[in-house]
Amino acid sequence: MWSFIHKMGSPPWFFRFSGALVRWLLPLNVGLLLAGAFWGLLVAPPDFRQGNSYRIIYIHVPAAVVALAGYYVMALAGAVSLIWRIKMADITMRAVAPVGAVLTGIALLTGAIWGKPTWGAWWVWDARITSMLILLFLYLGVVALFEAYENKTAAARACAVLTLVGTVNIPIIYKSVDWWYSLHQPASIKFTGESAIDSSMLYPLLLMILAFYCLFAVTVLLNMRTELVWTHRESGWLKQWVGDA
Amino acid sequence: MPSEQPLLSLRAVFARQFYRHARSILASPSDVANPLLFFFMVITLFPLGLGPDPDRLAAMAPGILWVVALLASLMVSNRLFASDFEDGSLEQLALAPYPLALTALAEVMAHWLATGFILAGVSPLFGVMLGLPGDGLLVLAVSLLLGTMCLTLIGALGSALTVNIRRGGLLLSLLIIPLNVPVLIFGTSAVREAVIGGNPESWLALIGGLALGSLVVLPIAVAAALRVSLDS
Repeated sequence: MWSFIHKMGSPPWFFRFSGALVRWLLPLNVGLLLAGAFWGLLVAPPDFRQGNSYRIIYIHVPAAVVALAGYYVMALAGAVSLIWRIKMADITMRAVAPVGAVLTGIALLTGAIWGKPTWGAWWVWDARITSMLILLFLYLGVVALFEAYENKTAAARACAVLTLVGTVNIPIIYKSVDWWYSLHQPASIKFTGESAIDSSMLYPLLLMILAFYCLFAVTVLLNMRTELVWTHRESGWLKQWVGDA
Repeated sequence: MPSEQPLLSLRAVFARQFYRHARSILASPSDVANPLLFFFMVITLFPLGLGPDPDRLAAMAPGILWVVALLASLMVSNRLFASDFEDGSLEQLALAPYPLALTALAEVMAHWLATGFILAGVSPLFGVMLGLPGDGLLVLAVSLLLGTMCLTLIGALGSALTVNIRRGGLLLSLLIIPLNVPVLIFGTSAVREAVIGGNPESWLALIGGLALGSLVVLPIAVAAALRVSLDS
């Protein structure tokens, strides 16, 4: 297994492997998304209180889950890049940042769309939404920092440092926002109250979460391949691959 | 053969860097006075913007004071490593046989004494101007004392990452603000707790914990970021 991971550090090997991987992962991903969307949006029963407007959770929750997980992928890639100076880890980190940012944006947007009919407001400053917003800022900070540096190797290392500090901060930020909200919360309805979810709604949700993880993987792999094609556009192995394909 | 100087002890290195940086800051008093003037003026903007109703101002005072302190801290963080970077002494520090984390920490501490420490000291005055009740004033000063130490350390990380970038000041703010959120929340909660007559100790302990944690962990990140900036 270690030799496999070691081989992943070589651009031509990774390029070949990711090409084969994406070739079957992309149709699988499309299939999962379609199946999950169909199940969740059409087949699952309407909610007792919210009727059909709850169905947006089949996009909102998976996007939020994968956005959070994506930050840790970015942090792991950053740590690998800093410790072992592996170029492919740099490229991974660079590929994940915009994807994570967009997913966080989707989560916030779909959350707002969900909030309007259910809570009556487009935006509510509750603990989870505010934490997601800060996660969006953290992602955008990494993207901005990367664009600001001219020397891209240094840029990747700077982003790695920032991401690692952000990772240490995420639990602190989440907890502090949680306490902030519980201090100021109006005594009426608890917006983020946990309610037990029926299995007829849970299973499509789990399927959509799996589909979004797949989507994340496909998008990041495609981003990495694009980056490799650009950086290595003069190299022999890529020209040979273009000649073959 | 170059003459070999005996290596200084870590304490001596820290002290030397601290005094050197403190002297250079105090050599230009405007570097100390300007952030305070900024603090003063921006606090004045809030009553102008919100109306002079004393009850409303008093209710918003902890938030206003803390947010403006945060903004002032962002503004001064920009210059933290800039002067050393420009004259090349930062590169010498990185090449020296002493831990860059230690020397960077010494600079950050000197910077904090000139900015955050003084800001925390004068903050009760501005609290009074905004109508903050007497119970909150001491807690305001203490929370700002500990909090500005966190803010300065986090700002130092931002400064280290952006020192070699053109127009890095705005980017610094974008990077640093999310990391400052917990300090802001704990600080304002402490002051608010004191104002309503409760016990702010747990909030102050949280800020103290953040300050101590930052003191230990962030200098390493700052040193790594400085090396990245120097190499870019």
